[in-house]
Amino acid sequence: MDKLNIMLVGVGGQGSLLASRILGNVALKMNFDVKVSEVHGMSQRGGSVVTYVKFDKKVYSPLIEKGEADLIVAFEQLEALRWIEFLKDGGKMIVNEQKINPMPVIIGKAKYPENIIDKIKSHYNNTISIDALKIAKECGNIKAVNIVLLGLMAKSTDIRKETWIEAITETVPAKFLDVNVKAFEAGYHS
Amino acid sequence: MRKLMLGNEAVARGAYEAGVTVAAAYPGTPSTEITENIAKYDEIYSEWSPNEKVSLEVAIGASIAGARAICSMKHVGLNVAADPLFTVSYTGVNGGLVIMVADDPGMHSSQNEQDSRFYARASKVPMLEPADSQECKDYVKMAFELSEKFDCPMFVRLSTRIAHSQSVVELGDKVEYQLKEYKKNFDKYVMMPAMARKRHVEVEKRMAALREFSNTTELNRIEWGNKEIGIITSGIAYQYAREAFGDVSYLKLGMVHPLPEKLIADFAKEVKALYVVEELEPFIENQVKKLGIQVIGKDKLPVIGELGAQLISEKILNKKIEVKSPINDVVPVRPPVMCPGCPHRGMFHVLKKLKLVVSGDIGCYTLGALPPTEAMDTCVCMGASVSGAHGMEKARGKDFAKKTVAILGDSTFIHSGITGLIDIVYNKGNSTVIILDNSITGMTGHQHNPTTGFTIKGEPAKQVDLVKLAQAVGVERVAVVDPFDIKEFEKVVKQEIAAEEPSVIISQRPCALLKNVQFDGPLTINNEKCKKCKLCLAIGCPAIVDKGDKIEINEALCVGCKLCTKLCNINAIEKAGDLNG
Repeated sequence: MDKLNIMLVGVGGQGSLLASRILGNVALKMNFDVKVSEVHGMSQRGGSVVTYVKFDKKVYSPLIEKGEADLIVAFEQLEALRWIEFLKDGGKMIVNEQKINPMPVIIGKAKYPENIIDKIKSHYNNTISIDALKIAKECGNIKAVNIVLLGLMAKSTDIRKETWIEAITETVPAKFLDVNVKAFEAGYHS
Repeated sequence: MRKLMLGNEAVARGAYEAGVTVAAAYPGTPSTEITENIAKYDEIYSEWSPNEKVSLEVAIGASIAGARAICSMKHVGLNVAADPLFTVSYTGVNGGLVIMVADDPGMHSSQNEQDSRFYARASKVPMLEPADSQECKDYVKMAFELSEKFDCPMFVRLSTRIAHSQSVVELGDKVEYQLKEYKKNFDKYVMMPAMARKRHVEVEKRMAALREFSNTTELNRIEWGNKEIGIITSGIAYQYAREAFGDVSYLKLGMVHPLPEKLIADFAKEVKALYVVEELEPFIENQVKKLGIQVIGKDKLPVIGELGAQLISEKILNKKIEVKSPINDVVPVRPPVMCPGCPHRGMFHVLKKLKLVVSGDIGCYTLGALPPTEAMDTCVCMGASVSGAHGMEKARGKDFAKKTVAILGDSTFIHSGITGLIDIVYNKGNSTVIILDNSITGMTGHQHNPTTGFTIKGEPAKQVDLVKLAQAVGVERVAVVDPFDIKEFEKVVKQEIAAEEPSVIISQRPCALLKNVQFDGPLTINNEKCKKCKLCLAIGCPAIVDKGDKIEINEALCVGCKLCTKLCNINAIEKAGDLNG
């Protein structure tokens, strides 16, 4: 692997910032140049959020643009659909089966598209879906959805699992380490 | 040691390594994390000031007293701090003084897209612009040195993608900075006309020296490549340009004011086609043109929004990237929403029900303008809710004031709402002002403020008593209400808007995201009881979903604030089972 463009897409509050921090530390451990671009502020309040993570020998723009992502991890189905044009040909899509209705759907002004995952799978071969919320619950904390997804993502790269665990250990507060490692393992082996 | 750091975190590190003594700021996206990170260094005194003007004045005082000082703000905050800015440009500094300003192209979290580089020109304060986190740290350190060398404050300008991108930073050591001697210096620090006239001469001399310096400093560097194309650029635009153009020649400007005119002319001579790639306004471009140099810039690139590598390729190199998803479904937008459990939701329910004109302000509660609440009529700037409501009353009379309220947060009220309230009292207004006291500064991610009772470092502090404060400026009708007690809230609002004198209602309930706020856990809808009247949907809670055949509560989102149970006439909303067990 000489470069990797990863996008984490989801809904503000789902924990993509923590996941991107861990990813950044993974890149550092592998001596890559890395940039992680985040969204703070208003969108964090339940809006659509995207984080770009780029590994390369030298990274210039922190943004990943249309057709450039090797891997998209969608924390929510609709967000997978929103960002799918950013996936490059043959890129991999990981979709969490969780659905969170946006306000226009809640108030009946728009419709939440049906069978999103099936549609994505039928056009993009390299798509996996996972019920990360259920797995996180089984691990003892519904907030660990992000780390379950990170585990599944880790399996899709050729980066050693130990590197991921080290990065998690260095990034998350000690008191949450056990549940996060458990969630990572569950995602990795799902 | 190498570390991955946000641009803002790297600025904080730069301040630390430069031996800063005092840091002050008012939070504002995308600048907030600068001061949050500075506060982690025990060696530095740091504070959340009531507003940006105060924060700059604190930093100016610290500088005059001989310390290195930094203050940080978002672009619109600089408007608030503009008054001291233009004069500290005249006084100059004693200890180094750095003003961080973070612009928000694309308006991810802002009400306008102003280009703060114009402030550098207007106030005659030099400006540096880093292009990644390493430069954030290095330029801040450099800015302190230049500030002392040229006896002037220094700007360091960030944009959202620099402030909120993490990249690799090589950490350095802290310099042991000795405070400069404090000497009374009437001619330099007392800006009365006679002294200011003399200082203005010094300002012009300094700017002339800086224009020379700009030509030779390593902050402005040429990266030679193919000379068919030459690009003049700075900040994040440099990174996009590198990606779009690859191996061409670049003049990367680290100092964007004053510009290196000679260096620009020399660079222009060597390349066949010259472009300026910059975000927002043609700030560099127009100055290059003024030198009589032909250059292409904003005739191709937009002045609106952010740039990106693909946009630059498309507009300048005519390379259009076509990617189209074969899935045809319309993807509904996902605007930000007030969180589940948000205290503002109860208040908006009442304001909407009473069909009031709502003079709004800047904070999480601005989201109340969006459907389904749609209970806000205006939002201009910090504090404008209060003074704006007064203006509405003076334009349309007392009866209009009786169906109007101003709403703003606790922190926003302290920032600049209090002056508007004084205006209402003094100029015989009748407006009703609702202060949303949620015990924190919310939208920017939970910062303390003078009403919370804690400092930036979490130490206990005196707490502004909003009731007494309102009374002290002459408001005789002050009520404190829980916005989740909908009936009482409605009663108080009706009573206060009817009153023929100013009123303040303090809507008091802590932000649902605060750690000490505990609810009983998720609720669920009993479908045997539910009659699908949809009253619960009216509050716009993201956890309550209309599934067509039934109403459902998303248990992963619901915190159990029970506001919806107060709207349900038939008690169909009940506590759900334990999610984690």
